[in-house]
Amino acid sequence: MAIDGRAHRFGRDIDTDAIIAARYLNTSDSAELAKHCMEDIDEDFVNRAKKGDIIVADENFGCGSSREHAPICIKALGIDAVIAKSFARIFYRNCINIGLPILECPEAVDAISDGDEVEVDTASGVITNKTTGRTFQAEPFPEFINQIIEAGGLVNRTKKILEAM
Amino acid sequence: MTRSMTIAEKILCAHSGREELSPGQLVECNVDIVLANDVTAPIAIKEFNKLNWGKVFDKDKIVLVGDHYCPNKDIKSAIQAKAMREFAREYSISHYFDVGRAGVEHALLPERGIVGAGDLVIGGDSHTCTYGALGALSTGMGSTDVGMAYATGKAWFKVPSTIKVVLNGELPENVYAKDIMLHLIGMIGVDGALYQALEFYGPVAPELEVEDRMTISNMAIECGAKAGIFPADDKTLAYLDGRFEREPKVYTADEGAEYSRVVEINCSELKPTVSLPHLPSNTRNAEDCKDIKIDQSVIGSCTNGHIEDFRIAARILKGHKVNPNVRCIVIPATQKIFQQCIDEGLTDIFVDAECAVSTPTCGPCLGGYMGVLAPGERAIATTNRNFIGRMGDKASEVILASPATAAASAILGRVGTPDESIRGKHHGD
Repeated sequence: MAIDGRAHRFGRDIDTDAIIAARYLNTSDSAELAKHCMEDIDEDFVNRAKKGDIIVADENFGCGSSREHAPICIKALGIDAVIAKSFARIFYRNCINIGLPILECPEAVDAISDGDEVEVDTASGVITNKTTGRTFQAEPFPEFINQIIEAGGLVNRTKKILEAM
Repeated sequence: MTRSMTIAEKILCAHSGREELSPGQLVECNVDIVLANDVTAPIAIKEFNKLNWGKVFDKDKIVLVGDHYCPNKDIKSAIQAKAMREFAREYSISHYFDVGRAGVEHALLPERGIVGAGDLVIGGDSHTCTYGALGALSTGMGSTDVGMAYATGKAWFKVPSTIKVVLNGELPENVYAKDIMLHLIGMIGVDGALYQALEFYGPVAPELEVEDRMTISNMAIECGAKAGIFPADDKTLAYLDGRFEREPKVYTADEGAEYSRVVEINCSELKPTVSLPHLPSNTRNAEDCKDIKIDQSVIGSCTNGHIEDFRIAARILKGHKVNPNVRCIVIPATQKIFQQCIDEGLTDIFVDAECAVSTPTCGPCLGGYMGVLAPGERAIATTNRNFIGRMGDKASEVILASPATAAASAILGRVGTPDESIRGKHHGD
C-alpha cells in the first residue's frame, strides 16, 4: 500500500492518555473518538490533520494503557501510518491487529520535519521524504506479523484459522 | 539438552508445546485466562462477533470485570457495561463480576483465586502484568487480541528478553514496595524495559508480602515491560492455597539463563519516593518536594488498593484531620477489602479524618469520575500513571506515591514524608 501525506511531528513517550484521554473511553464509537485524538497535548491537531496524513514520532510512541481506542481514533481520523523510533509493545500489536500501518525507523524520524510530504510503501518499508528527497528503509516485520498484515488484520486471520478447523 | 531459560521463556514453552524458545521468537500460545473490563470488553465483543463463530473457547477461562466506569458514571458508560453484561449472560461466562460483587480487576482476580503460579494470562488492560507477583506470565493486550482469544483460547507472543532486577539490602521504615518500583522506573526510564520481562530477585524479594509484590509487578508496564515476575515461593503458595482454582506450577529460572541486563537496587538507601508530573520515571525523594502543595490525595487503585495499604494509611491518618485544603479519597479495591476496612475499624478512622470512602472502582485513577481534577489542581495518588490529563483536565497534575506518603501528604496539605511529626490544631490523640 502506498501512502502519501503530510507529516505531523511528535516527541517521545506520547502516551495513550495523550492520544485519547480516558474521559472519552465511555464510548467505542470510532468517529466520536477521532474528534478527540491528541486533544490534551495538541488541541488543534484534529483540525490540521488531513486524510492520508502521517504521524511521525520519537521513541516509545503509544506507551501506557492497552486501550485499542488509541490506534482506532488515529485511524478513524484518517491518519494512514505512524512512523516512530520505537513503539510501546501493546500499542504496536494493537496497530498490527487493527490494520493501522506502523513503521520503526529512527533515521527517517530524525530526517522528517513537521509538514514535510512523506511517501510510505508499507510492503517494502521504504519511506521517502519528498520534501527533502531522502529515502529510508524501515525495520522489516517478522514473517508471522506480515501474515496478520496481509490477511487484513487479526480478525480476518482468525476467521481463516477457524474456517480451516 | 535445551538452553537455559528464564521464567517467561519457560511459561511460554509450556503453553506452546515447545521444548525451548529464545527471545525474539514469535509463538502462538494457549492462554489460561482472558480478562477484560467495561472499557475494553465492548470492543473485544464487537471484534469477536465479526467472526460469526457463536461459541467461546471456554466459559470458565474468560473473566469480565466492571471496574473502570462502574458503578456507571453516565449513560454512555452504562451502555458499555450493559454490552458486557449481555455477553456474559449469552455465553454463561462464569467469572463475570458486576457492581457489588466486583472490584478493581487486578486486585479481584488474585483474591478470587482466578490466577496463579505458572499461568499464562492475557488481559485487555495494561496492568494485567500484576499477576507476575504470583509467578505467572501475564500481560496486557488490546481488545482485538482479547476478542480473538474468546474464540480460539490463543494469542501470539514475542518471546521477551528478560531483565534481572536484584533487590539488595533491606527496606527502611516508611519505605514500601511502591517506593522500590517508582525508584526502578526512575532508574531505567518509561521505556527501559520495552518489549522485555522483568524478574525480581535479591534478599528483599522473598521478604515482600504477595500484595507488595503485586504493587511492583503492577507497574512493570510503566517501564514498558511485558511482565514483572517474582519467582513463586512459599509465600506465593501459601497465598494460593485454598483459593487458586487450578494447581500452581512453579517455574524457576535455570542457572545460566540469559538476561539482557542486571539492575541492582540497594533498598537500604531508598527513601519515600514520588513521581512528579508527567511521567512515572520523573522520580524524586519526597523529602525534597515539601514545597509542592496538593489539592487531593487518592489512596486506592490496582496498584495500592490492598488491605495492607489501608492499614498503613489508617495508621498515619488516625487522630488527624485531612488538611482543610485537601480532599482525600479512599477506595478499597474489592468488596472484600472494603468489608475488611469496616471490620478492622479503618473506615471509621478514614471518616473521622474527613476522607471520602468510595465503593471499589478505578474511578479517579484514569480521570473517569469520583475525584476528577480541575485545571491547575494537583493530586498525590497511590495510582500508577501521572501522564498529562490522567486524572482530569490537561492542566491538572498527578504525583505518584506510596499509601504512607499519600496519607501523610493529605494531612500536611503538601507533599510530605510519612515520618514527619505532625503537630497542630488538627492533631488528635
